[in-house]
Amino acid sequence: MEQKTKIHAEDGRQELRITREFDLPLELLFQAYSDAEIVEQWMGTNVLKLENKNHGSYRFETTDPKGNKHYFSGTYHTYVPDRKIVRTFEIENSPFEPQLEFLDFESLTPETSKLTIQMIYRSVELRDQMLKLPFSQGINMAHNQLEKIVKNLTKKP
Amino acid sequence: MESRRDVFQAIADPTRRAILMLLAAQALTPGAIAENFDSSRQTISKHIQILIECELVKPKQNGREILYHINAKQMSEVANFIEPFRKLWDDRFNKLESIMKNYKSKK
Repeated sequence: MEQKTKIHAEDGRQELRITREFDLPLELLFQAYSDAEIVEQWMGTNVLKLENKNHGSYRFETTDPKGNKHYFSGTYHTYVPDRKIVRTFEIENSPFEPQLEFLDFESLTPETSKLTIQMIYRSVELRDQMLKLPFSQGINMAHNQLEKIVKNLTKKP
Repeated sequence: MESRRDVFQAIADPTRRAILMLLAAQALTPGAIAENFDSSRQTISKHIQILIECELVKPKQNGREILYHINAKQMSEVANFIEPFRKLWDDRFNKLESIMKNYKSKK
């Protein structure tokens, strides 16, 4: 099965690229980034601020299952509707330093479009950490439970 | 929509990971797998079905028995640490796409 979302992350580089083609006209794809209500729906976050303009800034808030609040924010350096966003992104109060993001929106046909996101990190190590974040979260959960199971198995006569 | 099971969710389940560990050592019949667990045979059989659906495990007829093997190729793909990161973005973008499709039809 073909994967619609692709990740390009070469070894030893401090950047990565995400590409995705959508069955959506370009204008609708871009609207998913510019309309705060829609951003809230697909990102699963509260939008506290979203200033769609050069030198504007944005701030999102999410609540994890334990009820802790997390904040994400950044500044728009370039904002060209239906074409391009250049912005910073930061997880507030985290050990991770901000990253620079280039989002390129392209029309493929009147009904399809493509988004390319290039993310640039301060170091190769930081990029690798961010890439592995969802992996480690999944694996840690699985491992904790696996340990319990193995312990129960060995208890059996 | 996506009918195929998510491989990463499959291995995130502790029982299924334990089954994979057993099968990594040797091919086993469903009965032999179930003997290692307190759960009912039906429960274990459901777990095995999920592992087969995402191609982590392959059934092979051996005389009158079915033996389950581990699918090494698929396992190595899962070991790819980038997959959960890709999956996270894929889920987000799938959501974006379906929200905007509804949005378009409402207009």
